[in-house]
Amino acid sequence: MGKWFKSGAPWIWMTGGAVSISLIAVLGLLLLIAWRGLSYFWPATIYQWQMQDENGKPYTLIGEIHDREQVPTERLVAAGHHFAANPGEFVNRFLVKTGNREFVSLDFRWILQTDIVSRSAPVGVAMIERSQNGNFYGYPVAIVEAGQRLPAQGDIADTLQQYIQRAVGLNKQAEQLQKQDIGSVNYDLERLRLKGRKYELDNALTAERQAELAQQRQQLQQKYQVLEKQLFSLREQAGRDAVIVKDMRGQEVTLPLDTVLDVSYVNGMGFWQKLTTWCVRIGHFVSDDPREANTEGGVFPAIFGTVFMVLLMAIIVTPFGVIAAIYLHEYARKGILTKIIRIAVINLAGVPSIVYGVFGLGFFVYMVGGSIDKLFYPEALPSPTFGSPGVIWSALTLAILTLPVVIVSTEEGLSRIPSAIRQGSLALGATKAETLWRIVIPMASPAIMTGLILAVARAAGEVAPLMLVGVVKLAPNLPVDMNFPFVHLERKFMHLGFHIYDVGFQSPNVEAARPLVYATSFLLVTVIVALNLTAISVRNHLREKYRSLEN
Amino acid sequence: MESQVSKPASASHDFLMEKRGNRRALKDLLAKIGVTVGGIMVFVALLLIFFYLLYVIKPVFDAAKVTPLSSIPVVADSKTLMVGTDEQNEIIYRASEQGSVDFYRIANTSKQTMQLPIPAGAKVVSSAASVPNQQLFALGLDNGQALLAGVNFSVSYPDNKRLITPGLRYPMGEPLIAVAEDGAPLQQLVFAYSSSKVSFAYRGNQQQWFLTRLDGEQNMLTEETEWQHHSKLLPNTPALVEHQLLTPDQRQLMLQSGNKVFIYDISDIDDVSLMQVLDLERNKAKVSNISLLAGASSLLVSYNTGVVAQYFQVAGEHGRLYQFIREFKGLGNIEVLASEYYRKSFATVSEDGRLELLYTTSERELFSKKFDLTKPVAMGFSPRANALVVLADDKLQLLGVSNAHPEVSWSALWNKVWYEGYPEPQYVWQSTSGSDDFEAKLSLMPLAFGTIKAAFYAMIFAVPLAIAGAIYTAYFMSAKVRSLVKPTIEIMEALPTVILGFLAGLWLAPLIEDHLPGLLILLILLPVTILLTAFIWSKLPVRIKLLLPETYQELLLIPVICFFGWLSFAISPSIELWLFHGDTRQFITNTLGMSFDQRNALVVGIAMGFAVIPTIFSIAEDAIFSVPRHLSNGSLALGATRWQTLTRVVLLTASPGIFSAVMMGLGRAVGETMIVLMATGNTAIMDWSIFQGMRTLAANIAVEMPESAIGSSHYRVLFLAAFVLFVFTFFFNTIAEVVRQRLRERYSSL
Repeated sequence: MGKWFKSGAPWIWMTGGAVSISLIAVLGLLLLIAWRGLSYFWPATIYQWQMQDENGKPYTLIGEIHDREQVPTERLVAAGHHFAANPGEFVNRFLVKTGNREFVSLDFRWILQTDIVSRSAPVGVAMIERSQNGNFYGYPVAIVEAGQRLPAQGDIADTLQQYIQRAVGLNKQAEQLQKQDIGSVNYDLERLRLKGRKYELDNALTAERQAELAQQRQQLQQKYQVLEKQLFSLREQAGRDAVIVKDMRGQEVTLPLDTVLDVSYVNGMGFWQKLTTWCVRIGHFVSDDPREANTEGGVFPAIFGTVFMVLLMAIIVTPFGVIAAIYLHEYARKGILTKIIRIAVINLAGVPSIVYGVFGLGFFVYMVGGSIDKLFYPEALPSPTFGSPGVIWSALTLAILTLPVVIVSTEEGLSRIPSAIRQGSLALGATKAETLWRIVIPMASPAIMTGLILAVARAAGEVAPLMLVGVVKLAPNLPVDMNFPFVHLERKFMHLGFHIYDVGFQSPNVEAARPLVYATSFLLVTVIVALNLTAISVRNHLREKYRSLEN
Repeated sequence: MESQVSKPASASHDFLMEKRGNRRALKDLLAKIGVTVGGIMVFVALLLIFFYLLYVIKPVFDAAKVTPLSSIPVVADSKTLMVGTDEQNEIIYRASEQGSVDFYRIANTSKQTMQLPIPAGAKVVSSAASVPNQQLFALGLDNGQALLAGVNFSVSYPDNKRLITPGLRYPMGEPLIAVAEDGAPLQQLVFAYSSSKVSFAYRGNQQQWFLTRLDGEQNMLTEETEWQHHSKLLPNTPALVEHQLLTPDQRQLMLQSGNKVFIYDISDIDDVSLMQVLDLERNKAKVSNISLLAGASSLLVSYNTGVVAQYFQVAGEHGRLYQFIREFKGLGNIEVLASEYYRKSFATVSEDGRLELLYTTSERELFSKKFDLTKPVAMGFSPRANALVVLADDKLQLLGVSNAHPEVSWSALWNKVWYEGYPEPQYVWQSTSGSDDFEAKLSLMPLAFGTIKAAFYAMIFAVPLAIAGAIYTAYFMSAKVRSLVKPTIEIMEALPTVILGFLAGLWLAPLIEDHLPGLLILLILLPVTILLTAFIWSKLPVRIKLLLPETYQELLLIPVICFFGWLSFAISPSIELWLFHGDTRQFITNTLGMSFDQRNALVVGIAMGFAVIPTIFSIAEDAIFSVPRHLSNGSLALGATRWQTLTRVVLLTASPGIFSAVMMGLGRAVGETMIVLMATGNTAIMDWSIFQGMRTLAANIAVEMPESAIGSSHYRVLFLAAFVLFVFTFFFNTIAEVVRQRLRERYSSL
C-alpha cells in the first residue's frame, strides 16, 4: 500500500478522474439539453386521474405529467398537510400540466401520490392546441356550425379535423393579408407622412405637393378600407364554427374554432404516428412565429434574426480581418511595434463581450447612428431611425468583437506558408501583390475559413452585447420584407440566445416556457457545435489539399 | 513570427517598369497602399474602443466651470430677500424684504417691478424665503398677517418664438393670510408650503415662539381650498434665536441660538415637542448661518472660520437624531450660501468674492475662483442648476455653471460614503429609485466585490479540475484517446454562455437547493472512490487487466464516477432527513444563521467554472504537451517514476504556461455576463458567503445600460465600469500572453 502510494499512481488516477469529470460534464450537458429539448416535441400521454383531496372530496384531473419528485413526508406535514395513513418517509409528487388556463386558476399543479385514487389514459381525450390561453384538454363532444349544434354522428374526430383545417386555412389567409398587404399599406402611409414632413423641413411644401400627397394618402386609405373589409370577413368566417368539449370538471365548454390550431388524440396514437407528430411539431417549431409572449409557438423570427445578423457580421468582418492580418504579416515592418500590436489583438479576443456592447451602444448607436439621423432622416426626428439599437449596429459590434479571431487565425495560416514558396513566386517575376493574390491567399484560405467559421460560431452565441445594441424580445417585423428597400438594417431583431434568456427569465409563466427554452437551447447548441465541427473539418480538408505544397 | 519575404530587388522593378509591366507595378503599389491603409485602419479602430470609453468617462472627473455671463446694476432701495432666474436663464429676479420684486430681462436689461399688496397701515417686520425649488417667499406684518407669494414665469409662443412673461402667484389663493390670531407682529417669520398644508413659525410679542398650521381641504363643488387654522405655542424655546428654519415636509422646526440648534418635532400640531438640542460647537468656531440642502434632510451650518458642516438624521439608540457628518474647510469668510434645487450641491461666496462650488456626498470641491463679487448679499441657483445669480457690489451677476456630474468622484466610487438616512458610511450601489428626491448611489465597490467573488468561486472549482485534467491529457493519455478528449472539452468553450446561465439558473440552482447534502457527499465521495478504484485496479490480476486495452484504461473511471455521482444525489434526501430534519435550507438559515439564496455563489461557481475549464484546460494542456520529450525521457532514464518526472521536471518547466492559462481563465471569469446575470439574484451585497448571490460589473452593465439616459452620470459610470473591466482583463491577458511567448521561446531553445 505504502509502496503503491509512493509510486504516485493514486495521483495519476486522480488527474485521470479530473478528465473524466470534465468529460462527463460536457457530454452530460449536451445530452441533457438534447434530451429535454427533443422530448418537448414528443406527444406525451394524457392521463385522467381520479383524485381525492385531504378532506375526502373527490375530483378529476386531466393533463400531462410534467415533472416528478420525492418529498420528505416531514416537510409536507410541517407545511400543514394531513395524511390519512402514514405514507412512509417520502411521498411522490407529480407536476401536472392541466391546461385550460381560462377555466382553472393554475395550469400547472403539484399532486401527491397519496391523493390519487386511480389513473387512466382514455383514448377519447384530446389535446387541443390553441392560439390563446395555451392547450386545452378534454373530450370533444360536438361541433357547432354557425351557431347550430350538429347532431352527433359516431366519431367526431374526422369531422372536427376538417372543420379545424378550414378555420386554420382562413386564419392563415387573414394573417397573410394583415401582415403583407395591410402591412405594406401602412408602411407606405408612414413613408408619405415622412415625405410631407421632409418637404416641410425644406420649406418646399407647396400647395401642389400637399394636394398630391393628400391624394396619394386617400388612395392608400381607400385601399386600406377594402383590405380591412376583406380581413374582417375572413376573420368572421374563421370564427363561424366552434367545438364543444367536456373538460375535467365535467362541464361542456364551447371553444371557437378560430383560436384552435390543432387537435390530437395522443393516447390513441401508435409509435409511428407519434413519430410523425414529433417531426411535424419540430417543423412548426422552426418555422412558426412565437405566440403568447414567446412561451408558445415557434422561433422562426429568432432563427432568421440570428442568421441574418451573423451573415451581415461575416460580410463586414472578413475583409477587414484578412486585410489586417495580411498587413501585419506581409507588409508591416517586423519590430517591437508589430509585436505589441499582435499581443494587443490577441488580448482583445479576451476582453469581455459586454465591453464591446457598451462601446457599440455609445459609439455606433448614439454617436454614428445619431449623426446619420440628423443628416439623412431629419423628417423622422425625434423618433430615431438609425439612432436606436438595430441589426446593423449589432452586426458591426460583433464584427469588432470577432475581428481578433479572424486576424489571429488568418495570421497563423499565413505564417504556416513556407517562405520558399513566396520567394519562388517572386523569383519567377511576380510582383508582391500577385504573389499574395495567386499564391499566399489561396494557401491561407483554410485558415481564413476557419477564422470566419469560429467568428460566426462565437457571434451566434453572444447575447450580452446584443442586449445593448439591437436585440428585442419581440420584433414586429423581420429585417427583410417586401417593402422597399426590402432590407431594413435599422430594425431591431430577435435572437435565439436572447430568446433563451428572455423566455427563461422574464416570462410570466416560467413553468410553461421551460421546455421551449430547452428546445431553443438545443437548436442553438446544434448550430454552434455544427459550425465548430465544420470549422475543424474545413481546416483539415483544406490543409490536406495544400499539404503537398507545404513540404 | 519569422521574417519570410525579402523585398524584390530594385532590378526587378526596372524590369517591371518596361512595357506592360507598368500596370503591374501600379497594381502592386496600389495593393501595398490599400493593405497598409486598411490594416492600419483596423488597428486604429480597435484602439478607438479604448479611447472612446475614455472619452465618455472623462467628463465625470472634470471640474465644474463657472463663467460670468452678464451683470446688471441694481439700485437697492431695501434689503434683498432672494434672487433667482427662470428655467431658461432669460430673466433674473430679485425679491426685496419689503415685498417688491424686480424682474430684469438679460437680453435688454429692461426692468419690471411688481409690488405685493401690503395693506395700508401695516408694516413689514420680517420676511422669509422657501426652499429654492418652490420660489416662494413670505412677509410677516406687524398686524399678525402674512403675505405669501411666489415668482412665476409663464411661457407662450407667439410667432413661434418663445416668450417668457414674469409674474407673481399666490399659492394659497389670497396673498394675505391671518397667521397670529391675537394680531401680534410676526417677527422672525419662517414658513413651509405644500398644496394641502402650510406652516408658519414666528416670534410673537414676548420671546415666545408660535407655530401656526393651515390645513387645506378642497371643496368638491367650488374647487376652492378652505383652510383650517391651528396655532400652538412652542415649548422650551431659546432666548435669542439668530436663524430659524422649517423643513419643507413640515416635520421639523429648527431654531439656532449661538452654537445650539433647537430642533422641534412639529409633524403633529397637537403634539409639538423639542426633539433634540444639537450642539454645533466645532473648534470654537462661531456659527454664522444655517441652511437646508436640497431634499431638505441635511442641515448645512456655516462657521465664521470658513467651514461648512453637514448634519443629518441618523438612526441610533435614541431614535433618529441629527449628527455631524462631514465638513468642508477653507471657504473663506462665507457671506452667502446657496444650495441647488434638486442635487446636493451648494455654493458659497466669501467676503472677498471667492466663489466655491461643492458637492456634499462625493465631498468634491468642484470649483473655486475669485470673481468680482465683493460684498455679496444674496445668491441663488437657476432651476436647471446651469447658472448662478449673485447680488454683489450693487450688481446682479449671472454666472453660467457647467457642473454635470458633481456626484461622482474617485472617492465616492471606491470609498465608503455616508448617505443621508444611512446609519453609517457604506458602499452602496443603487442607481435608480421611484422617488424624485432620490440621490443616486454609485459606489463601484459592491460590484467589483461581486465580480471578484464570482470569479473566485469559479476559479476554485475550475482550476483544480482543468489543470489536473490537462496534466493527465497531456502527459499520461494515449495519443488516440487524447485526440478525442481534447476537442470534446474544447468544444465547451464554444458553448454559448446564455445556455450555461439558463441551465444554472433554472436547472442547477433548484437541484442544488434540493440536494445540498448530496453535493457535500459527492465532494467527499469522489476522491475516495477514485482512489479506491485505483487501488482495486492495481491489485487486480493481470489477466483481468488485459481485458481492457491499456489505451482505454483512463475511461474506466467514467462509469464509476457516474454511478457514485448518481448515488450521492439519490441518497441525499435520506441524509437530509437524518442530519438536517428533512430541510437543509431551514438548517442553514436557522441553525447556522446564514441567509440562503437559491441562486447563490455556489451555483455561479459551478456554472462559470464550466465556462472557464476549457480555456484553462486548453492552454495548460498545450504548455505541458509541448515540454520537450527529451527532458522527461532523461528523468525517466535516471530512474524517476512517472509521477516524480511529472512533478519535478515537466510541471516545473511548464509552470509559466499553466500560470498564463489561469490568468486567461481569470480574465474570462471576470468578464462573463450572462451566467452571472441568470444564475444569481443580482443584488449588490458585499458578503463572501457561498450561499448568497452577488452583482457583478458585467451583469450590472447588461441590466442597467439600456435604461440609463445618454450623458447622465449613471451612463458615464457604467462606461467606467466597462472601462475597468476592459483594463482589468487586458492587463491579465497581457501578462498571460507575454509569459506564454517567453515560454515558447524557451522551449525552442531547449
